Amino acid sequence: MLLEVANLDVRYGRNHAVKGLNLSVAADELVTVLGSNGAGKTSLLRAIQGLTPCASGTIRFAGEDITRLSPPERLRRNLVLVPEGRQIVIGLTVHENLQMGAYCRADAAVQQDVDAIYDRFPNLAARRKMPASVLSGGEQQMLAIGRALLARPKLMMLDEPSLGLSPLLVERLFELIAGLRNEGLAILLVEQNTHMALEVASRGLVMELGGVVLEGAADLLRDDERLAAAYLGGH
Amino acid sequence: MSGYLAGVLAIFCINLIFAYGIFVTAAAGQINLGGAGFQAIGAYAAGWLAGQAGLPIAASIMTAALITALVGLLISFPALRTRGVYMVLATFAFGEVVAGFLLHTDVFGGAMGMVVPLHVDLWVLVLAATFVTLLMFFLMATRLGLAMRAINDDEDASVVMGVNVRAVQVAAFTIGGALTGLSGALYALNFGFVEAQYFNALLSIYVLLYVLIGGTQTAWGPLAGTVFFTMLPELFRVGGSARYLIFGIVIVLMMALRPEGIVTRALISRLSPRRLFATGGARGN
Repeated sequence: MLLEVANLDVRYGRNHAVKGLNLSVAADELVTVLGSNGAGKTSLLRAIQGLTPCASGTIRFAGEDITRLSPPERLRRNLVLVPEGRQIVIGLTVHENLQMGAYCRADAAVQQDVDAIYDRFPNLAARRKMPASVLSGGEQQMLAIGRALLARPKLMMLDEPSLGLSPLLVERLFELIAGLRNEGLAILLVEQNTHMALEVASRGLVMELGGVVLEGAADLLRDDERLAAAYLGGH
Repeated sequence: MSGYLAGVLAIFCINLIFAYGIFVTAAAGQINLGGAGFQAIGAYAAGWLAGQAGLPIAASIMTAALITALVGLLISFPALRTRGVYMVLATFAFGEVVAGFLLHTDVFGGAMGMVVPLHVDLWVLVLAATFVTLLMFFLMATRLGLAMRAINDDEDASVVMGVNVRAVQVAAFTIGGALTGLSGALYALNFGFVEAQYFNALLSIYVLLYVLIGGTQTAWGPLAGTVFFTMLPELFRVGGSARYLIFGIVIVLMMALRPEGIVTRALISRLSPRRLFATGGARGN
């Protein structure tokens, strides 16, 4: 397994955001984490990236225990998060935002990789010198994903990428995510858009109050009535 | 060059280096209102080393800058524990403590001030100011400069990208300390006299104004701000005491109409030669 999370606990003061969670993602797999607001999905991703400390449990990545490593150290091991709300640095240009994606890299191939991102997203190439604030929501999401790709991820975590996008753009976003999956990138996808997420994922798990209440193959989950129940808050 | 013009140019060079010292931290999102304290340490260190300890002038200036760099490094740790207005207060208090200490230390002349018997010429100041300006343009184009701007704009996003925010801010404080100390050293050796009362809170406020009014987004900002603040009062000199009134009104208008400062990144890109001479079609290249 590429990513193995065992008995993970995340606490903010009295708030127990993630409770004894187990999760694994294989090297070429797309796993989706579903659940209603406040279920602990964002806390889970932030803890895996090292942005939020974990109270107990272990996180292993590519065979190595990374539980105590800093976010830059995890980025250097090619584990990268596309955060909720995209978190584009709007005062920097599109190009500078992409450079920030490679901030933790020291190799010489960065420029070549940036060019590859421009080939993939021609909209970004056309606006490379402009401040990121002029981008539309869809373009900002492209930039956030492009920026993450510059860390040369083995595993990309996406936190609600479809948030705030029009249905047409959501469609395109999921085409992109499926494309990345087909290229062999492992993906851990947190989504509110259950239908679309289960379409591209091979496995899914449903979180509620910080724990996993349901997990299984994506096509089986889709028809499971307990999934709808989790969103409505009942059992 | 007339004595008057030479005097204005000397003050301009010193203020410009001083402003860049404050700009480095501001560009990384930290407001340092203790500028006068750092400058005082640089001035007294260089004055004492060159005058009393008999060190060569160049060595005195460099040692003074090293000392203030170290002070900046040490101050950054407690200062960075605070945020926003509390950080402003913490650095302000530091400046006051330094001035108070110098005022009551007899080795440095106490309230009588200290005469510095050695002298550096105007060309040294011009050279130093030019060098520092070029250095700052270079710094802002490096990976560190990019990280500083990213932190200033969005600290959370910078952390996600793997920026060690604390390390970058400590580096900014250290570089800022060196530059403010350098400006103080040049001041002491050009004017030949230092007194603790000169390094007061108003000086810290003024240099911060140069930076904030000039703009913190690019290295052009402190340059524009220093030109603006050094030249404007001189131009208004004919108006007698009304010049302070006019000056104050200009500052208030600037704050109200252009809070990002005179020079912004958007302005730079609009004024870039490629944009001005482009006939269209080459957008984004």
